[in-house]
Amino acid sequence: MIGADAIAKCLIKEGVDTIFGYSGVAIDPFWNSVGKENIRTILVRTEQNAGHAASGYARTLGKTGVCAVTSGPGATNLLTGIATAYADSIPLVCITGQVNTDQIGSDVFQEVDVTGAAESFVKYSYLIRDVKDIPRIIHEAFFVASTGRKGPVLIDIPCDVQLQRISDFDYPDDEPKMRTYKPTIKGNAVQIKKVIKVLEYAKKPLIIAGGGVFLSNAKKDLRKFVEKHQIPVVSTMMGIGVLPTDHPMYYGMVGNNGNSYANRAMRECDTLLMVGARVADRAVAAPDMTFDGKVLVHMDVDPAEIGKNVGPTIPIVGDIKHIFADFMDAEFKDRHETWVNMLDLYRDSMKEEHHSSPDFVNFQAFVKKLCTAMKDDAVYVADVGQNQLISCRNIIMKDRNKFFTSGGMGTMGYSIPAAMGVKAAERKTQVIAVCGDGAFQMSMMELATIKQFDLPVKIVVMRNEYLGLVREHQSREYDGEYNMVYLGSDPDLSKLSEAYGIRYIKAENMKDIDEKISDFLSDDSAVIFEVLTDPEENVI
Amino acid sequence: MKKIYSVLVENRSGVLSKVSGLFARRTFNIDSLAVGETEDSNISCMTIVSSGDNRTLEQIEKQLNKKLDVIKIKTFEEEEAISRELMLIKVKYNKSNRREIMETCQAMKADIVDIGKYQMMIQICDTPERTALLVKLLKGVSIVELARTGTLALSKCEI
Repeated sequence: MIGADAIAKCLIKEGVDTIFGYSGVAIDPFWNSVGKENIRTILVRTEQNAGHAASGYARTLGKTGVCAVTSGPGATNLLTGIATAYADSIPLVCITGQVNTDQIGSDVFQEVDVTGAAESFVKYSYLIRDVKDIPRIIHEAFFVASTGRKGPVLIDIPCDVQLQRISDFDYPDDEPKMRTYKPTIKGNAVQIKKVIKVLEYAKKPLIIAGGGVFLSNAKKDLRKFVEKHQIPVVSTMMGIGVLPTDHPMYYGMVGNNGNSYANRAMRECDTLLMVGARVADRAVAAPDMTFDGKVLVHMDVDPAEIGKNVGPTIPIVGDIKHIFADFMDAEFKDRHETWVNMLDLYRDSMKEEHHSSPDFVNFQAFVKKLCTAMKDDAVYVADVGQNQLISCRNIIMKDRNKFFTSGGMGTMGYSIPAAMGVKAAERKTQVIAVCGDGAFQMSMMELATIKQFDLPVKIVVMRNEYLGLVREHQSREYDGEYNMVYLGSDPDLSKLSEAYGIRYIKAENMKDIDEKISDFLSDDSAVIFEVLTDPEENVI
Repeated sequence: MKKIYSVLVENRSGVLSKVSGLFARRTFNIDSLAVGETEDSNISCMTIVSSGDNRTLEQIEKQLNKKLDVIKIKTFEEEEAISRELMLIKVKYNKSNRREIMETCQAMKADIVDIGKYQMMIQICDTPERTALLVKLLKGVSIVELARTGTLALSKCEI
């Protein structure tokens, strides 16, 4: 057995069934060995998308996504995928080929110090120098990626290490013993008691739920608690879907792009529970001011997020699922009925009506219609830009719907490869990628992958010939002097769809929009739905 | 505010760069940094002196703790620790100032560890304030070269 065989065996032991990636000389021993195992390999069209696809896969199944690429340019192309996963705490194991051990540091062909380059946006990285370390390192990598605050782990493996003989292969079964890594899972009992006490006397309690709720698989637990005590919930962008949109206790998304009634709830509450959310700048612009005079309870698995942007009254470090299990055990009376009534009033009266030019599709209305028509367990993947903000503000989530987007990094071109990852994880699930014409052109090479590997993703292209959100910014900040934002009207998407053998639908305005949406979603095939929107329309 | 971080790390290649990279990337100050093996050759001790507001000083500790090569962090204020710095100074001397230099060294408990025809080397091992004071006192003399270790610190013994 050689090193590469050992890696493939380790991946099987870790339950890996799909790897996204790209080949190259430095990673070829790995692909050769993986080819002998029962693992599905998906050849994306650029390495960055291997990272995004693995992310979509990981978010769908709640397990670690795996991607593998070659050294040098393959590795650097993957960096954006790694950084995107890091910003949203998505568990990935990223494998890169490296030049031979004795060539490292001598600037040979396709050599790059990828562990050095990625250091500040990986959870951990390894450069394997000894073939004997392979089982231990891969075992540790999966453990580190999928526990505590999840995130990407990078394993750089020189080509000669992949080819070296390994005499005795023994894969450890038990949890890796790492003296430097012991994430806190259970919340401190004293702190939990304090929170219960605070909640008992709160007149205006509010929960802000973030992506951590999904990462710790605590959606059901949170809902149970909220329904038991009738505590209102708002979400961050990463937290969309923690409760169904029509749930009586759900009051929208906070943030500078959020729902106005959600922000009002955040401003007016007296007790705030941040649950798996990191007080990010886009969610809470001036945290010290916003939380002044409130009781702030901050729960996160990462102690460094607590107190980073705002000093909490009660910090709780731990896994959200475990913390809410403890909360459920506590009995207390709640006394905030008037607050809930007030929030209901805000939600009903502050409905955002959006008017747009009748010559184009009203994308706000389109998102609502799309969500109503999509399946109850469909996955909606939004890209970045105006399409993302409109999606977040108008999305209608049913209990089993999922919403994915690149929240922390705001990586354009995330939606299509991530949606492919969802399809690779769950072939039967309806998956809709919603992107603008900018992001589409950053990722349209993947149409070939969609076709070749039978990953029929539904793609909505919100087309306005501009990098809309930046154009909008320039219209405000630079008196409408537009620079570097006009994309023009090419390519012709109907011809492009034809070239890739993918079905195509177009909507120029709201005429017959319901029929078109139902046609778009009618079958299991990949479809490109080009939706023309007003180029001058602002969303903020 | 100043704070001393005594950071035990895995003695592996690349760890220093990971730790210093963290400070650079998050714009934390490094006032001084000293690294060396501990009694266990698998473990190195980094003594880092940093300054900033309370939130920054807390973040430094938390972010360091997230690094998987970091085993343990002890933090202390200056007054809670014994701090030392080793400094070597090479100076030019002549007949007229030789005596004065030697008297200064004596007063500062510094040693002359090497001497040549026109140059001598002074060694001082003391608190960072005292080593800085020696540099000040030698201002009138021409300093040829100077090297210092950065602060080493351990928390004071329990009484």
